[in-house]
Amino acid sequence: MTDSSDSNNVHSRAEEFLQVFKKGAEFTQDLLKENERLRFRLLELEQKNRAEATTVELQLLKQQLQLVEVEKKNILDKIGTVERENLDFTHRYAEIEADNNLLANLYITTYQLHSTFEVREVFRVIEEILLNLVGADECSLFFRDENNLLIQSVMNDEGEPEVRVVGNSDPRIDLALTEGQIWIPDSEELAQLDESAVKAAIPLWVDGHVIGVLAIYRLLAQKNGFSGIDEEIFGLLGEHAAMAICTAVLRQEHDGQIDFKRGFLART
Amino acid sequence: MSEYRVLVVEDSPTMRQLIVFALKRIRNLHIEEAGDGVGGLKKLSAQKFDLVVTDINMPIMDGLKLVSLIRNDPQYRDVPIVVITTEGATEDRDRALALGANEYITKPIQTARILEVAKKMLGI
Repeated sequence: MTDSSDSNNVHSRAEEFLQVFKKGAEFTQDLLKENERLRFRLLELEQKNRAEATTVELQLLKQQLQLVEVEKKNILDKIGTVERENLDFTHRYAEIEADNNLLANLYITTYQLHSTFEVREVFRVIEEILLNLVGADECSLFFRDENNLLIQSVMNDEGEPEVRVVGNSDPRIDLALTEGQIWIPDSEELAQLDESAVKAAIPLWVDGHVIGVLAIYRLLAQKNGFSGIDEEIFGLLGEHAAMAICTAVLRQEHDGQIDFKRGFLART
Repeated sequence: MSEYRVLVVEDSPTMRQLIVFALKRIRNLHIEEAGDGVGGLKKLSAQKFDLVVTDINMPIMDGLKLVSLIRNDPQYRDVPIVVITTEGATEDRDRALALGANEYITKPIQTARILEVAKKMLGI
């Protein structure tokens, strides 16, 4: 009896254990399914998040790109401004250089003309100025003498000044003598002139009177026309060469002696 | 700052003054002047120069002779030489360059051109 009762008890406990085990197995199955579902859900969420993150990043990059574009435009504008300024400075520099060149030429012309009391030296300086600063290698000076005759002064081969009476002069020289106007041809007119023709006529002024004319006859081979600097030099020569010649002639007439006292006290 | 010494050999006072006037715009530049090739050689033998600027047509000793003598003397052979030529006188210019001149300037000369060439020769 006891054996039978024990056997039933064991059987019942085994059944109970099997039931528990079955429930445990079912629970495990459920857990596995839930786990799989959650993992799938996790994957879905991760993908979604990644897509959202990419969109945000893209927007940020677009904003940055716009900023860079604006910055690039600003820099290009600044470069344009600097380039325009640079061009402007280059032009101004060229103008200043031209002015400097002109002033140097005028200063040296004046300095050299008044550096001597010798008539022949004044002539030599005039020739040198015309050759080196203008590019003219043959010139002549014309004056009216006390009898109103036109005399031409030239330098002979020995470098000494000579004068000769001229019957008829070039009409341009006459015009410069009577009207006191500088005659300078433009490049076209210059090209059409004969080899022996006057190429420029510069009246020599002293104290409001034309005392003579400086005529240019020949220019250096590649000198095709007169520049603005040439015109300025001619203008200055017209005034200062005349004064230098007069001073040198007057001093020569007084054998190099200058009576300063008489000169200062003289009344006009 | 480096100091430079330039010798200007030119018989025409006008031209010499113009060249000196232009060169004086370079800082730390000491200029010596001579009226012909002989005077130029005397100055050369007395001191060292970084540049020689010489006219071609000069009395006593012309610029071509001066260029030739400088280039054939081991003492000065490396000194840069700039010659001043008359416009159109290409023969003189070519001879000077063949004799060893480094550069040329044509008359009528511009101060800017003198400066440009001198700076180039002095490496400024």
